[in-house]
Amino acid sequence: MVENVKALLKAHEGLRREVYLDNENSCIVRRESVEAMLPYFNQRAYGNPALTHKPGWEAFETIMECSREIADFLDADAAEEVNFVPGETEANNLALMGTAFAYRNQGKKIVISEIEPINVLHVAELLQKYGFSTVKVPVDSGGFVNLDALREAVDKDTVLVSIAAVNNEIGTVQPIKEAVSIAKDRNPSVIFHTDASDAYGRIRFSVKELGVDLATVSSYKIQGPRGTGVLYVKEGVRTEKILEGQIGTQKLWPGVENTPMIVGFWKASELVFEGFEENVAHMRRLRDKLVEGIFAALPDVRLNGPSGGLRAPDNANISFLRCEGEALTIELSLKGVYVSSGSACSRRLLQPSHVLVAIGRKYSEAHGSILMKTLWTHTEEDIAYALEVFPSAVERIRGIVGSTGVD
Amino acid sequence: MSRIPLPYNPKVLDLFRNPKNLGKMDDATVTAVAGNPACGDMITFYLKINSEEIVEKASFESYGCAANIATSSIVTEMVKGKHLEEIWSTITWKKVTEEIGGLPSVKFHCGVLAVGALKRAIRKYYQDRGVQPTWLPKDLTFEEKQAVEEEELARMLAKRLKPEAEKQS
Repeated sequence: MVENVKALLKAHEGLRREVYLDNENSCIVRRESVEAMLPYFNQRAYGNPALTHKPGWEAFETIMECSREIADFLDADAAEEVNFVPGETEANNLALMGTAFAYRNQGKKIVISEIEPINVLHVAELLQKYGFSTVKVPVDSGGFVNLDALREAVDKDTVLVSIAAVNNEIGTVQPIKEAVSIAKDRNPSVIFHTDASDAYGRIRFSVKELGVDLATVSSYKIQGPRGTGVLYVKEGVRTEKILEGQIGTQKLWPGVENTPMIVGFWKASELVFEGFEENVAHMRRLRDKLVEGIFAALPDVRLNGPSGGLRAPDNANISFLRCEGEALTIELSLKGVYVSSGSACSRRLLQPSHVLVAIGRKYSEAHGSILMKTLWTHTEEDIAYALEVFPSAVERIRGIVGSTGVD
Repeated sequence: MSRIPLPYNPKVLDLFRNPKNLGKMDDATVTAVAGNPACGDMITFYLKINSEEIVEKASFESYGCAANIATSSIVTEMVKGKHLEEIWSTITWKKVTEEIGGLPSVKFHCGVLAVGALKRAIRKYYQDRGVQPTWLPKDLTFEEKQAVEEEELARMLAKRLKPEAEKQS
């Protein structure tokens, strides 16, 4: 197996340029973030923050300061509302499971949308084994949650609503403020969670203004290191921890705090929020250039998700008709452009993205979908190179398809 | 849904990059299709068969992943110059998978579909001529049945069956 991968990597030798656009699935950590982390591995604050010695107190101080600043970026009231966890998956597991368990005597119903991230869908499914029921609110062709259906779904038995502020696949910016007010109007004790991993640093996002009780943020989605993220828990909201072990500074997540990663996450946040408007404009300009360039160069392409101001500034999700996604990702990779496809292979069926199916895309359209996100660190030259590579890559794969599979 | 690592071997990669016998054949004796784009893979085979029932030329077109492209391509190589009976009795999806140097297990179906399309082409050749050779079984082979199943699944999907329901099938 490893030998095969070595050969695959060898096939990439001599690339003129490399452009990483698969920011959905991992990212390139910013240089400044890496540099900020380094001293925390072995020079200072390497101790356990819950212990009584200098390196421990240094770690305690560092984590508290990072909490304070991230609380500010989220527009939260207190540093104590920021809980560090290992990532988005863990934060969403904690939010759904921990809250459902904490309020299990108040009700047994969870409301989510059809297009929530896989981890939210899976936890909601798991909770059914513990007697909870899940209602999935439908979305329209742009991925916007149907607010009437939400109103209908939330009732006295509902303990939790979870809707991502920005959809991770198609960039839909949801009307969270309205959704919160509808949900709380139907049931004032309902807890509202939003996965804000694709909102943080990309759109104006304030937990206070939106009125959410819980919010997930992921470090790698803003070019910080993997291995850390945050669950914001509003003061007074009860969430139970879902793992057992030694508790230190983080009341909801046992184990020794990952101080260097937390510092890296804080640094990446600072870079994103310093000059926020220009940063967003930069991503949007490059994203628009990428999408417009692809549309100008190739026939039979479709943009998945909304266009205009209610689409996240970094998100480009495009279906290439008569072109299978996995084959295209490999072809692009061999030319140094790294993207992901919405469909994933399972047994003998290709599973289309549940998000694309929910917005009404045909399976064959979903199978030819490619997801890309522009980054803070991308340059005009990166996008120009991607646009140079795309047409010939798509044309070659379409050439193999020929007359087969024409709908 | 989960993502599965796909460490394709050099032979698969090579046939993906430089597929042999690619493209439509205008003077094909027989053409057969298997699969459906809704399932993520579909293959067309073109065979030029001479009066001695020997495959003179074979080519393919494929909508599918790298494994699908590579297995289709290798099948066209494996059948060249062979009698239809020999092809029928020796080429199975396991043989194709072996010939290509192995596939990740989630991609076995690519070899199955390629052989399903090939066997369909052979069957069609005799049907067109109203002949039933003694070596050709009336019952569908494993590969042909799998192709039929996949196509039925695609028809269900066309009725907008959601992935949840499909998972349980």
